[in-house]
Amino acid sequence: MTRGQVAVFVTCVVDQLFPQVGIAMVEVLGRLGYSVHFRERQTCCGQPAFNSGYRDEARRLARYFLDVFRDAEFIVIPSGSCTSMVTHHFAELLPADPTVPEVASRTWEFSRFLLEVARVEDVGARYEGSVTYHDSCHALRELSIHDGPRRLLANVRGLELREMDATTECCGFGGTFSVKFPDVSGAMARTKIDSILRTKAHTVVSADCSCLMQLQGAMRRAGVGMRTMHLAEVLASR
Amino acid sequence: MSREAILERVRTALGRKPGDVPTGPPPVYLSQTGRTTEQRIAAFTVALESLAGRAVRCSSPAVARATVNAMIAGKHAIASLSSYLHELQIAAEVPDAAVYREACAAADVGITSADYALADTGTLVLFSDAEESRLVSLLPPRHIAVVPVSRLIDSLDDLLGRVPLPADATSSMVFITGPSRTADIEQILVRGVHGPGDVTVVLVDD
Amino acid sequence: MSGAFVPVERLRDTIADSRLQSAIYTATGRLIEKRASAVSPEVLPDYQDLREQAHRVKRHTLENLDYYLEQLEANATAHGGHVVWCNNGEEVADFILGLAKQRGASLIVKSKSMTTEEIDLNERLEHHHLDAIETDLGEYILQLAHERPYHIVAPALHKTRHEVADLFADRLGVQHDVVIENQTLTARRVLREKFLAAGIGITGANFLVADSGAVVIVENEGNARLTSSAPPIHIAIAGIEKLIPRAQDLAVFLKLLGRSATGQPLTVYTSFLSGPRRPGEVDGPGEFHLVLLDNGRTKLLADAAKRESLFCIRCGACLNHCPVYRKIGGHNYPGTYSGPIGAIITPQYRGVMAHPWLPFASTLCGACAEVCPVKIDIPRLLLDLRSEVVRERSGVERVAFRAFAWLATHPRAYTLVTAMAARLAPRGENGWLRRLPFFARFGALEKWLSQRDIPLPARRSFRKYWRARAKGGPAA
Repeated sequence: MTRGQVAVFVTCVVDQLFPQVGIAMVEVLGRLGYSVHFRERQTCCGQPAFNSGYRDEARRLARYFLDVFRDAEFIVIPSGSCTSMVTHHFAELLPADPTVPEVASRTWEFSRFLLEVARVEDVGARYEGSVTYHDSCHALRELSIHDGPRRLLANVRGLELREMDATTECCGFGGTFSVKFPDVSGAMARTKIDSILRTKAHTVVSADCSCLMQLQGAMRRAGVGMRTMHLAEVLASR
Repeated sequence: MSREAILERVRTALGRKPGDVPTGPPPVYLSQTGRTTEQRIAAFTVALESLAGRAVRCSSPAVARATVNAMIAGKHAIASLSSYLHELQIAAEVPDAAVYREACAAADVGITSADYALADTGTLVLFSDAEESRLVSLLPPRHIAVVPVSRLIDSLDDLLGRVPLPADATSSMVFITGPSRTADIEQILVRGVHGPGDVTVVLVDD
Repeated sequence: MSGAFVPVERLRDTIADSRLQSAIYTATGRLIEKRASAVSPEVLPDYQDLREQAHRVKRHTLENLDYYLEQLEANATAHGGHVVWCNNGEEVADFILGLAKQRGASLIVKSKSMTTEEIDLNERLEHHHLDAIETDLGEYILQLAHERPYHIVAPALHKTRHEVADLFADRLGVQHDVVIENQTLTARRVLREKFLAAGIGITGANFLVADSGAVVIVENEGNARLTSSAPPIHIAIAGIEKLIPRAQDLAVFLKLLGRSATGQPLTVYTSFLSGPRRPGEVDGPGEFHLVLLDNGRTKLLADAAKRESLFCIRCGACLNHCPVYRKIGGHNYPGTYSGPIGAIITPQYRGVMAHPWLPFASTLCGACAEVCPVKIDIPRLLLDLRSEVVRERSGVERVAFRAFAWLATHPRAYTLVTAMAARLAPRGENGWLRRLPFFARFGALEKWLSQRDIPLPARRSFRKYWRARAKGGPAA
């Protein structure tokens, strides 16, 4: 007996660099009674190309994504920016394509899937430690994700949430921005890290691996020994 | 020439022809507040005082006269040509038209009435006309406005609802909300940069 | 590579200047807080409705701009004003020079106007020996220092009291005084004389009101009132996009402008001026000239997708909230306008290839769009401009994205290539690397590593894990 078929889109960053996040997400979904499947043909949603101005290349990747996930019941993504690429920007690339709104309507960012489809706020997780939460920009502003992850974290046994003063300030990643404007990107990361350090929390949590990659990379360089975790990893903890 | 060129470019940009009348702008958006007189006075006072202005309430014209005269005692004060001030018999000189500017520039205090006051924001509304000049509330370092309570209305929305076309009445309608200020240097607040640094509004029950 | 033209050195210098960083961050931080208090749901419950109304009114006005321009002109003329249409800055300067000559005016006072900055008005007038004195305190300081404004609303954000003391002592011959109140009084005293002696006062305008033939000017100091009331001639200069249809629309626009800019429900002074003094009025200018400036605005108007760039009411909120502006400040943006609004209009005025890096100087975080009182979708416009830049220029980057697009639509090749990369990757510490071997120190990798450590490809990618799991192998 299954609650539904979830086709995960793990994102290229998770697939290649942080597979443990994908594994955690699969575990959480499995525990909730969903049949989880990884469609092996998946690759990239096209966001880097789109954000860099390469519309034709992005369109190609969008079409491919739509083809891979054509008839999926639920598409769940552990990233706000990749989700909003599908739900908000595919329509700009393929305005006349009817599969776009169809697929988009079945595409969910991970935390919103838990809250709005699975309708759970407590996944039975345990994580001992103090945590501060970073709101990634696309999740916050394009998908209105703010309270949701906090409600999920509030139900994690042993977890103490400490808000930083700059929760909604950009971490400075911005895709190719991070390498086109490295000095600015690094300075933005450091401002964010200062804010994080003031919470004296033990772990930084976010719902987007690009942000975590930026923050973790900058923290390591600055000699700051904090952990970073994706929301899925916290929720998978027992 | 430039006029025709610019209008031509605008029309080309928009795909419009001369004489095309637009189908109406979105309806005007004006909010209603609906306060009692007492509430208005209270709101006005709070708003103005939060900006380091002063609001004083006088129960009658006689009290207002005494209050204002006390404020300007020993100071070089001038009053506008406002007939309301004239009725109150404030003891301040009304400058002669020929030396009006110089008088405003030399005075310590400028006294005016106001056409309206806005409760929401602690604002004075002054129309330039035969009774009120532009400079008397601007040049002297201190401004006192004596306003009957009946002219105190709720807000800017209220004002524009009553006066939809201010240009029909005057060449200059000015809103004054507290003392002149700047924070241009190191974001440190300083009052009385060019306009008066000291603003007092005397509300008179009528 | 569109990154090639980034002014890297200047950005690096600004970021390394800790005093400047602190000044920018603190000043913008304060403005952020003030705005937030002034538009909170408790204080302004219909804030979102007001934004929507403002957006719609602006859209309507600009989509019918010729109609409203003519209405403005008719009403201004009926009230005794004189309307001057100018294609560009040169024509504005010619008009003013001609008028000054005719009237024998040699001293001009000016209040703050970004539009006049845009056309370098002061320089043009100075070239013809006409003194135009800035009277807004921040602008006056900049004029003495021969510098450009740092921010739309707080032009001298970057100057300290010591710099101002030095400047005043040097240029005005006054005693060196670092007390800010005294510096302000000095400026008041010096400028008061100018106001009263000037033959012409030049202001900008925040709004042009079509049904009234009026200009609306908002300020806190009083210098715009003095500029428009003391001299015998008042010239107001405004871009044609500043129009709103009705005086009654000011209820919405004034509410949004003050709150978005500085958190003020209303600025200290708002002037609604519809022409020269009328018969019977005690004082005021005998002549009023309204200069309507195009200077490229019709070009922006013609692009329907980006037309909303012209809705801007110059509140500065986007600058204050932009994490990039808060690091690089106003002087690193080319052109008159900085911050997110500058990043979308300067490329349109000058052509995208004038500063191809500018539309890319953003993480697309969306903070600007969230606070824009007229709901300009700045991130969408930045993306449009980015695709225009890459269309003009093919290079290594296009080849890379094309190759990636091919790879990512051929899953077997993708899996193979990524698995190879994982195998060839150097060993790091806990999956992270601080330095790359010499043959890999180039391009994007080097740029990344200049600021932070880089994660290495996982030993076993997610797809490899899934393959193994599907075959019944050990999980995780």
